[in-house]
Amino acid sequence: MEVPILKQGEILIATVQAALTDSDLLQLRRALVEKVAQARARGIIIDVTAMDVMDSFASRTMREMAHMIRLRGAETVIVGIQPDVAFAMVQLGLSMVGVMTALDLEEGLEYLHRSLRGDPSR
Amino acid sequence: MAQRPMPLDRAPATHQLAPIRSQTGPTAELLHELVAHLRQHRTQLREEWAQNITEARLLTAMTKDEIFAEATSVYDNYVEALATGTFEALQTYSRNLSERIIPRGVETNEVVGIVLLLRDVLARSLFAKYRADFAKLDRILDAYEPAANRIANTVAVGFVQERERVIRQQQEAIRELSTPVLQVRERLLILPIIGAIDPQRARQLTEQLLRGIRTNRAKVVVIDITGVAAIDVSVANHLVQTVEASRLLGATVIVTGLSPEIAQTLVNIGVDLGKMNTVGDLQGGIEQAERLLGYKVVPLVEAN
Repeated sequence: MEVPILKQGEILIATVQAALTDSDLLQLRRALVEKVAQARARGIIIDVTAMDVMDSFASRTMREMAHMIRLRGAETVIVGIQPDVAFAMVQLGLSMVGVMTALDLEEGLEYLHRSLRGDPSR
Repeated sequence: MAQRPMPLDRAPATHQLAPIRSQTGPTAELLHELVAHLRQHRTQLREEWAQNITEARLLTAMTKDEIFAEATSVYDNYVEALATGTFEALQTYSRNLSERIIPRGVETNEVVGIVLLLRDVLARSLFAKYRADFAKLDRILDAYEPAANRIANTVAVGFVQERERVIRQQQEAIRELSTPVLQVRERLLILPIIGAIDPQRARQLTEQLLRGIRTNRAKVVVIDITGVAAIDVSVANHLVQTVEASRLLGATVIVTGLSPEIAQTLVNIGVDLGKMNTVGDLQGGIEQAERLLGYKVVPLVEAN
């Protein structure tokens, strides 16, 4: 299932609607990393509220995605991780080192707006 | 005998006793005779028993009338169990009885005591009845004793199980009360932890904290462990994981009040200090949390 990517100013929002297969994840990564330059985006939000499982492949792909996007000149925030999913992830040692996380879409947008405003050189 | 219905939330009896009816014919016949005798002399034996209870100073928490009423129903259930050879009804009854008398402060030794007294009263009456025929008395007692012991056992076990259930319930209540997640300012939660943390409590703490972060939309959480003397390695790891999981929900955790022992444990497990934000005491923790949230607290005098 393809993940829709919406453009909102200089922010791209990818909202995961349902559980993702491995190939869906790779497709999302390809699409986002591609679109960063196309849309001249400076912030990316990946909303995973609908995901009730985050396995090692998913979290590694998310982490790599965030790092790749950073190299392409934008910042990534992952929002909406469910409490159970969060705890399961750290128990499995799948912490998203170096990736910003926020409670929900609203928080993520607020963070990005602040971060993009506070650093006009980028 | 009116049986109260079993409450639905009650776990089924953990051990089922096989009916003693499986015993051979002559025993069953003797028991039959025995039951007839006990039914015939019900009033007198029951009174004698109630008298013995009072003399032995058992059930002091209850009035004489209450003792007599309970004695009557226990007697009838006792004889019923002897007659039918099944214990399910007695198990249910003893649980109901325990439920009624535990809040009155009746102790285990009292319950066991009264059942043993009844056993003795009935045995005495059998002695009296079959005094002339020693061989028959012997056989009657052979039939009576195992059944009577089993009844005493059933009642005692029922009482203890009921008490354990009450204790478990209370423990749960205490545990729930012991992990409050409090909002002190908008988007700032504090989680004061007092007392020993075992893995189960640690898990519960984490669950409540993560849920609290979500419902209160918290950005900063102060976990104060001043009241915790020491934690073991698994709980320390759990604490670190809780901090990590909170970060995944977008909240920063500040841990305050670490005792030297806990600091030692955390260093021993090789905690990444870049991930763990710690401040000496709760006051410092709240101050730092306020800074993170952009609050500035100034005294009124200075503000004027």
